[in-house]
Amino acid sequence: MNIELLNQASAFISQEADMLDHGEYPEWLALWEEKGLYIVPINPDETDFANTLNYACDDAKMRKLRVARLGSGESISTSPAPRTIRSVSRFRVLADDGKTVTVRCAQNLREFRKEIQKHYTANLTYTLVRDGDSFRIQQKVVRLLNSSDALQCIGYIP
Amino acid sequence: MTSQANSKGHTLADLVQHDRVHTSLYTDPAIFETEMDKVFANTWVWVAHTSEIPEAGSYKTGYIGRQPVVTVRDRKQQVHVLLNRCRHRAATVCEGHKGKTNSFVCPYHGWSYSLDGALRGVPSPESYGDLLDKADYPLVKLRVEEYAGMIFATFKDDIEPLVDFLGPAKKWMDLFMKQGGGFPIKVGGEHRFRFPGNWKIQLENTTDAYHFPLVHKSFLSSVDKQTEEMLDFVEGPGFVEDLGNGHSVMVMIPDLVDLEANLEAPIPERFAALAEELRADYPEDQVRRIVRAVGGSGFNLNIFPNIACSMAFFRVLRPVSVTETEIHHAVITMDGGPEAGNRARLRMHEHFQGPMGFGTPDDSEAWERVQKGSNAGTDQWILLNRGLAKEQETADGRRSDVSAETGMRAAYRQWKKLMTA
Ligand code: FES
Ligand SMILES: [Fe+2]
Repeated sequence: MNIELLNQASAFISQEADMLDHGEYPEWLALWEEKGLYIVPINPDETDFANTLNYACDDAKMRKLRVARLGSGESISTSPAPRTIRSVSRFRVLADDGKTVTVRCAQNLREFRKEIQKHYTANLTYTLVRDGDSFRIQQKVVRLLNSSDALQCIGYIP
Repeated sequence: MTSQANSKGHTLADLVQHDRVHTSLYTDPAIFETEMDKVFANTWVWVAHTSEIPEAGSYKTGYIGRQPVVTVRDRKQQVHVLLNRCRHRAATVCEGHKGKTNSFVCPYHGWSYSLDGALRGVPSPESYGDLLDKADYPLVKLRVEEYAGMIFATFKDDIEPLVDFLGPAKKWMDLFMKQGGGFPIKVGGEHRFRFPGNWKIQLENTTDAYHFPLVHKSFLSSVDKQTEEMLDFVEGPGFVEDLGNGHSVMVMIPDLVDLEANLEAPIPERFAALAEELRADYPEDQVRRIVRAVGGSGFNLNIFPNIACSMAFFRVLRPVSVTETEIHHAVITMDGGPEAGNRARLRMHEHFQGPMGFGTPDDSEAWERVQKGSNAGTDQWILLNRGLAKEQETADGRRSDVSAETGMRAAYRQWKKLMTA
């Protein structure tokens, strides 16, 4: 097992999680490859995201719009903004071709907004492109544990 | 509580007036119980689009009111809507949302039913002697009829034919299905979510143009100028029309009522790249037809009580309890149509709809606030008089401006008729 790579990848993903929990969206947007995709599928086994319906399938433009909406104050579902705390763990390197690394981990996310705390658990799969001693995100897939169920609205970036 | 008065001295009939309804319609558990019988078990209820059960053995589970049902296509292509309940001791015979099967086998003691509901097999039948005639115990079957690919079922055997129930709504359904762009339309997946509020709050919303610029401000900020102007319809020339039997149509963008008209109009900027991509495979007239269809219809058709044909998707509602409702937003794609066009539809749907869309969560928040606010006061009313001043009789019913509450008044008139029958 390549412990150094595992450490690098988990440090990068933990940092990303911390940015999202603390609303550091410009920094978060800068983590991405221009052609990167942020995906929250409905069916956890889905692989053809482009030709199926997802909860989110954001290219660079949509990621920027999503971030703008969260901070705009124009949306009643995100003002007040939900608070989130997520922990990421159970990191595993699934593939490494020297240029890109595929990493899977578990995410436990608690959300609190207006008297209600909710819990979303997910498998995260990252395709990371090496960039010096760090990475850029080429793809992030958030497979919610209950993605195939009727959900409640999600007013943040899981 | 059909005819006797509640604690405020109102009978069910008093709770719906021509210009207002009583808040207890959102909050009273006894009214909800009555609705399950008098509305949902007593009229045509939408269960599926034909594309959701494409082949013999395809099924879709769901609910009519709170009763679990299975919609299934049998080997002769006939569609059945069956109560999802074993005739032995009630276990559901089908789980999962959609799928394909050869038969329904109850998991508890193994009674098995064919796709048309007939009881075929009973394990170890000797114990029954001659007490059990299988012909007496098929899955309970509802009356089923279909129009424009929309499958409806009813518990009420002597109800009027579906086409009569739909009445003038039929021509709007025909118009809506033109968004196949020349291909059959297909449900291409759905967003399902719940909100803590009464089902009628959502029923009203599909015919509520008034909220759009305010609640969907953040969505409008995320689209191009041309789209934003197109969606600026509240003071525009559109209208709402009561179509009878609780149905209504809200035309927001009159230019997009007939997707096969006006094909020579310039292609909107946001579809220029898609049109260019389609030109590789399709002649210009077909490109224009597909692109126009991809944009969706300019109206919402509300069909009482649980389905709407809403711009570019089907909106399905399911009452869960007096204060909880499940919504499905099913995306419509072109069956056999260009992948690029379908991808555009999928991305548009994701942009507005669903729990992570830029539109739905704000609707959901507003509905939740309606439910919360409804707990205030002891004898308060919900106002539904917007647009009443200018309402006019038409051949199909009555019509007022696009942000009129005419469609809600139509729905509540039908609600009252069913609840007090
Ligand atoms: S309950 Fe279905 S076989 Fe017994
Ligand atoms: Fe809305």
